Amino acid sequence: MDRKELYERYQRQVILPGFGDQGQQKLLNAKVLVVGAGGLGCPVLQYLAAAGIGTIGVVDDDVVSLNNLQRQVLYSVSDIGSAKVERAASVLQQLNPDIKIIPYNERLTVQNALNLFDVFDIIIDGTDNFSTRYMINDACVLLNKPLVYGAISQFEGQVSVFNFRQNNNAEPVNYRDLFPHPPKEDDVLSCAESGVLGVLPGIIGTMMANETIKLITGIGETLANRLLTYNALNNQVYQWALPARSGTRSLIPEDEAAFLQMEYEWLCSSERTQSEIDVAIFNDLIAKETVDVIDVREPGEMPAVNDFSNIQIPLSRLAENIFLIKSDTIVAFCQSGKRSLQAVKILSGIFRSEKKIYSLRGGVVEWKKQKQTT
Amino acid sequence: MSINIIIFGQLTDIAGSSLALENIADTNCLVEELHNRYPALAKAKYAIAVDKQVVNENTTLTENSIVALLPPFSGG
Repeated sequence: MDRKELYERYQRQVILPGFGDQGQQKLLNAKVLVVGAGGLGCPVLQYLAAAGIGTIGVVDDDVVSLNNLQRQVLYSVSDIGSAKVERAASVLQQLNPDIKIIPYNERLTVQNALNLFDVFDIIIDGTDNFSTRYMINDACVLLNKPLVYGAISQFEGQVSVFNFRQNNNAEPVNYRDLFPHPPKEDDVLSCAESGVLGVLPGIIGTMMANETIKLITGIGETLANRLLTYNALNNQVYQWALPARSGTRSLIPEDEAAFLQMEYEWLCSSERTQSEIDVAIFNDLIAKETVDVIDVREPGEMPAVNDFSNIQIPLSRLAENIFLIKSDTIVAFCQSGKRSLQAVKILSGIFRSEKKIYSLRGGVVEWKKQKQTT
Repeated sequence: MSINIIIFGQLTDIAGSSLALENIADTNCLVEELHNRYPALAKAKYAIAVDKQVVNENTTLTENSIVALLPPFSGG
């Protein structure tokens, strides 16, 4: 695009005080990744493409359906059944042929998240579930990327900018400073279950696009370290100051290897809380009932456990050795309580509701600790 | 001493959109009182803000403090 056309296209924002050619150049050089091409993703994508963000990636593995059209304004009836990211890319490219749109027709997972995020400057969370939201947050903290966050429920929305140092004074906060642990998906109703007013993601998504433009150009003040809430029914808008929370960092995987081990969907699954038992309940259970206690650690892991009877089946060979399990109640344990949760997941998949399946929270380490103190 | 509480998101299904409570010294007492009155709140996840500031530790409440209960939203 020649200079004249460039000036023409972006003229209305270039003439703004504090914006100028420089601001436009920053947008054209920016690389932004939008996760989710749904209710929030559509307006975010539309405004960012229109504003001339030079490279926009969009990740989603969903296809367009009729009940999306009430709020996902990039799509038409003829798009039903087509991949959202392909349709979005095509519409956006027509809106602005001079920018680069990269569609990723896949689901964001721990395997692809870090590599994907790495090539972008800013990540935008327009997803519709907690497991992905926590995964995005943790990946952004690990890679030190600013995260533009938006979420909606019925008539209300939240917007924030995480992991961004607005000035040198305040420690940047992230999603886990606000909500340290993911709720279970069943505890908070999704839009599919509880409904959403179509204009709401339009309003919240447009605010997210605005935060992104401010982050890139440096104009104004972003919502870093603040949460904005909006209510479409009464137009009430609040801003809440967000302090850093001590201990948040310990909840986030410390490196790539730890991130790859995270089971975000499982963390948000309601089976999980029901299946974890603490040491007291565990001791009670093995004293009163016929229970098969399974040590899912690899052979030779210390400390050895001889205080109560247990069957040794390493996690890696659990599925093919279930014939060793006879009781209707099973408790899996490992060193710290993480692998035993995976064991519960595997066993629940096999036995369904035939057996009661538990994991010892904190594992052998916690059990030994409590034994010493009592 | 009166404390005003404003409630957001689907927590309003449990406790309404606002309420006022008397003689609540701090946020720990407030949470205990709220969970007594509305047992379903005890199962819900939410952040607490006092006078527009999200608080992570027990915080003293004063006359006319405004407390907000902010639940996470998953929708997008």
